[in-house]
Amino acid sequence: MEVSYQYDGSFDGFLSCVFAVYAYKEIPAGFCSGEDLSLFDARVIITNPEHASRVLRKVSALSPDAALLLRHGFLTCLPEKEMHLFHLIAALLKDGPAFLRNRANDVLFPVARAVQHLYGEVHLLKGFTRFSDYSGVLGGEIQPKNRVLPLLGGHFRARLINDPFFLYDRTHREAVFHTPGENLVLRPLEYVQAAPPSPEEAQFRRLWKQFYDTVAIRERYNPRCRMSQMPKRYWGMMTEFQGEAYFKPQSSPEAVSAPGVPGGIPAPATPPPLGPSVPASIL
Amino acid sequence: MDVLEKLTVLTGAAKYDAACTSSGGNRPSKKGLLGNTSTAAAGCCHSFSADGRCVTLLKVLLTNRCIYDCKYCVNRRSNDTRRAAFTPQELAELTVGFYRRNYIEGLFLSSGVFRSPDYTTELMIRTLTLLREEYRFNGYIHAKTIPGTSPELVERLGFLADRLSVNIELPSEAGLRTLAPDKTKTAILTPMRQIQDRNRQSREELVKFRHAPRFAPAGQSTQMIIGATPDSDFHILRLSEALYSRYRLKRVFYSAYVPVAEHALLPARDSKPPLLREHRLYQADWLLRFYGFRAQELLDEAHPDFDARVDPKCSWALAHPEFFPVEVNTADRETLLRVPGVGVTSVRRILAARRSGPLRIENLGRLGVVMKRAQYFLTASGKMADGLRFTPESLLRGLISAERAGLPGMEMEQLSLFS
Repeated sequence: MEVSYQYDGSFDGFLSCVFAVYAYKEIPAGFCSGEDLSLFDARVIITNPEHASRVLRKVSALSPDAALLLRHGFLTCLPEKEMHLFHLIAALLKDGPAFLRNRANDVLFPVARAVQHLYGEVHLLKGFTRFSDYSGVLGGEIQPKNRVLPLLGGHFRARLINDPFFLYDRTHREAVFHTPGENLVLRPLEYVQAAPPSPEEAQFRRLWKQFYDTVAIRERYNPRCRMSQMPKRYWGMMTEFQGEAYFKPQSSPEAVSAPGVPGGIPAPATPPPLGPSVPASIL
Repeated sequence: MDVLEKLTVLTGAAKYDAACTSSGGNRPSKKGLLGNTSTAAAGCCHSFSADGRCVTLLKVLLTNRCIYDCKYCVNRRSNDTRRAAFTPQELAELTVGFYRRNYIEGLFLSSGVFRSPDYTTELMIRTLTLLREEYRFNGYIHAKTIPGTSPELVERLGFLADRLSVNIELPSEAGLRTLAPDKTKTAILTPMRQIQDRNRQSREELVKFRHAPRFAPAGQSTQMIIGATPDSDFHILRLSEALYSRYRLKRVFYSAYVPVAEHALLPARDSKPPLLREHRLYQADWLLRFYGFRAQELLDEAHPDFDARVDPKCSWALAHPEFFPVEVNTADRETLLRVPGVGVTSVRRILAARRSGPLRIENLGRLGVVMKRAQYFLTASGKMADGLRFTPESLLRGLISAERAGLPGMEMEQLSLFS
């Protein structure tokens, strides 16, 4: 009988599934979490941190590179990533780590490509993320394909070491929060409604837009080059591509808030107590 | 004039300088200071302007007032244009405000020559000192060195900036004499040599004393304008090669001349910037820096300019049929790097992958090899790609069409039945 494994969507949960595969001596037809529906009977796997760390220890012992690939592969938007990662672990246990040298390997390639895509997106977002100053707290929003926050948070923490900030991932509905002197906190968050800009914030937005528009050289106009360097899916969250209302300060009646978000509640300065925090192991 | 207007004027005046990277830094963050330069090992683009160029630094002039009259320059003394100047406070606040919002990676500070090179540099030093010390800015700073500045001031500038640059401006001395009469080759090369020496000295001191101050840790770069003078590609490439080897420059930037002035010695006002030529020069520049090519291999007196139809590497490959095909399973790194469609990353992957077993031709795409170019030049275990047949003519056609769509100025071109 074919079964699919149902787990809580966490990295530890996935590793517990891998543990269960070897315990039950069966190959699952698929993995599902949350609201995913499966055609097969589901076996519910309860997350067990001890099982998870046993799997991870074994993988690390065989190849530290594979452990990294596993952690980061789990953050990617690769369809059926659990299955691909499971095959990677299975191949590693069966044949040893030699195949990891060959990127063209059928088991490794999909994961390696997905992780490369993740790193690429993280690199682009180091540049394309935009923050706004909400009376001393910096807030930003992104809409990435991969779960980039665990990798991106540390970058902004190092950069803005004295500033409290939060960065919200709209796709995966989670946010990373920074308080100076403390560790980053990554939490699920249903939505963020950013406050309309203060006069100073609006002024900086205008200055940036003006700089951006001026710096282009008309004689070299090349929209295709711009689009291939900076795909359009990032534009929606970037200051320089917002409509006029985005540059109007709070006091003016037609002011709106962050890109595409209905105005209203000010952005939270401290992490709201929402849901369990994401396992620290991926941070 | 308010800050918005100043920003408009002084950005417009600075934008023709092509050099804009934030690479080469590795300064970590520090409590109490704003920012770091540690992502900048490979640089970080924060936006791309409508012309497709990367925006990474706040690139502005301190002032566009200038006592020089370089014919090609939009800020020349004789040009009737609006003049403005930032105060150090205005610029520091802009930089910090932009940096915190993650608009930029740092500041690129250049300036017109106001009163004298020394006076201008002192103004720049005052601005950067304010930014570093009062505003506690720890991000990337690129500062222009103005030819003719006294060595003491260059020294002080180098301790505030991450990267310094002195612009070569024009690829030949003859060009300088006619178009930039106030600048001389010596005045340009002297600070360049000083920066190189001081940078090396600073790195030696760092070995001995951990907290020795760092002089321009991200090195120096330069730029030259392409197409304003009749210099050949061969001349330009040899100059770049010399700058890389003798002055240890990190980057040489090429800037296609955009006609901003009417002058008998310059291309006509309505001529288009030579973007394709600039593109070919950058491709060749990469071959010099990462692929082990020398300028003489790519061009010579008989062929002083690049073929517009194919990139310099393909061009070299077509001229050296005796070198190919290359066997991926046995060739060394240097040989693999010479194959069109194979880059530094794919070579690394090939070398790693073939340790675990022989490579097959259909797997090379997964290693990052661009097969539409490389297929003509590679074998794997003695075999070429299945069904590949070509003659020297069809090979050239194949290589041209493999690149064409992505080239500057190509997308608008219509195909004609009669050409």
